[in-house]
Amino acid sequence: MSTSWWSWDHAAAVLPLLLDGFKVTLLATVLGTLIALVLGLIVAIVRRSAPRVVSAPVTGVVEFVRMTPLVVQLVFANLVLSPYIDSTLAIGIWVLGIHYTTYMAEVYRAGIDSVPTGQWEAATALSLPRARTWRAVVVPQAIRNTLPALGNYAISMFKETPFFVVIYIPEMVRNAQTYGGDTFRYTEAITLAGLIFLVASYPTSLLIRRLEKKLA
Amino acid sequence: MPEKTPGPDTAGTPHLEFRDVVKSFGDNTVLNGLDFTVAKGERVTLIGPSGSGKTTILRLVMTLEELTGGYIHVGGVPLQYEEQGGKRVRIPDKRRRRTTTDIGMVFQHFNLFPNMSVLENIVEAPIHVMGLSRSEATAKAEGLLAKVGMEEKRDMKPSQLSGGQQQRVAIARALAMDPEILLLDEVTSALDPELVGEVLAVLKDIAAETDISMLIVTHEMQFARDVSDRVMMFDQGSVVEEGPPAQIFSEPAHQRTRDFLSAVL
Repeated sequence: MSTSWWSWDHAAAVLPLLLDGFKVTLLATVLGTLIALVLGLIVAIVRRSAPRVVSAPVTGVVEFVRMTPLVVQLVFANLVLSPYIDSTLAIGIWVLGIHYTTYMAEVYRAGIDSVPTGQWEAATALSLPRARTWRAVVVPQAIRNTLPALGNYAISMFKETPFFVVIYIPEMVRNAQTYGGDTFRYTEAITLAGLIFLVASYPTSLLIRRLEKKLA
Repeated sequence: MPEKTPGPDTAGTPHLEFRDVVKSFGDNTVLNGLDFTVAKGERVTLIGPSGSGKTTILRLVMTLEELTGGYIHVGGVPLQYEEQGGKRVRIPDKRRRRTTTDIGMVFQHFNLFPNMSVLENIVEAPIHVMGLSRSEATAKAEGLLAKVGMEEKRDMKPSQLSGGQQQRVAIARALAMDPEILLLDEVTSALDPELVGEVLAVLKDIAAETDISMLIVTHEMQFARDVSDRVMMFDQGSVVEEGPPAQIFSEPAHQRTRDFLSAVL
């Protein structure tokens, strides 16, 4: 039951490899998102409240990372760090996480700016310390305003994990290519990999859209 | 709450003192060398046309605006700047905060924290600034909520309340810090007319039952007449005239005051 361009046998054979790769993809997405969520918030707060001697260099690094391609960062970080760090996957996850930190920091910044001045003033009127004002008043409101945008970046990170191919991390697309290289059957492998991406990200994006409506 | 003293204590150290206060926003000088004092327990209402600098005065006391020149003292303690070796030196935020814990402010737009319930709004500062335990702060908050008639709304979010209810919660939140000075910045201006009464009634009670010093900016002249010991008429950043409410409202000495009062009354 195979045509010349599509073989169900090959599809069945490559699927377990793809699912193995998918685990790596998922792990990278989850950990990368966590890194970006946490570091992004820290960067946004530092840029907003730290003295210039601190915030200016942070801004410089952020702009540099944001204005260079992820693929270049992956190859470069792998070259520089592989003598010290055994796990290529760890390097990949940190690069992905830090790359998206720069985007998420911008999202947080917009969220922080959207908290009305009156909220800061009320905190001052209650003599709340600065750190407490951030934690109890500003950050909760800023995050609420930015949740959908942060979710969209998480999805886009998920879709960029195939760039890991450039440093040979066995995520889903790399496994698909390996299978294609070994058997000369690329169609099934790549098609299925694409479908798996679609099946995973589409419902997530619907969920985020719903969240967006609920928060609006 | 302490018993109301017979009247303001005009003999001791002024509770609040403005000394040669200058405030500019860019090229626009709002206050130019303002001097005045508020005695302990005194209620002073600032009236005058909008843009005359009344709200700026309150915001300077709450450290929401930075002084351009001069000094403000609270109970004899310098608030924003102090003189050191003949130089005017900025007081760091941490030390300013120690002074501002005795000052409370109620805003025109309430500024409740929307991410917290009514109760959480009130206990936040007592716990994190005064160091009360959660149960102490909650007991105190419940007493204050009863005082402003909001005890049944303690678990609601501010967005579920009317403007008048939000403002009453904001008053309770300010009182929870046991302020010695209370700043009321046009607290009824953002309210629908039918909600103004409930807020003013709460404030009148507080004025009657406590000896908190108050600095009030309002367009409610009857309220000003009822609670004030002194009314100060401002125009273009300086005091046109001042005196007891009966005098200012009934026999204003200046034409400027007469014009203003006939416009608002």
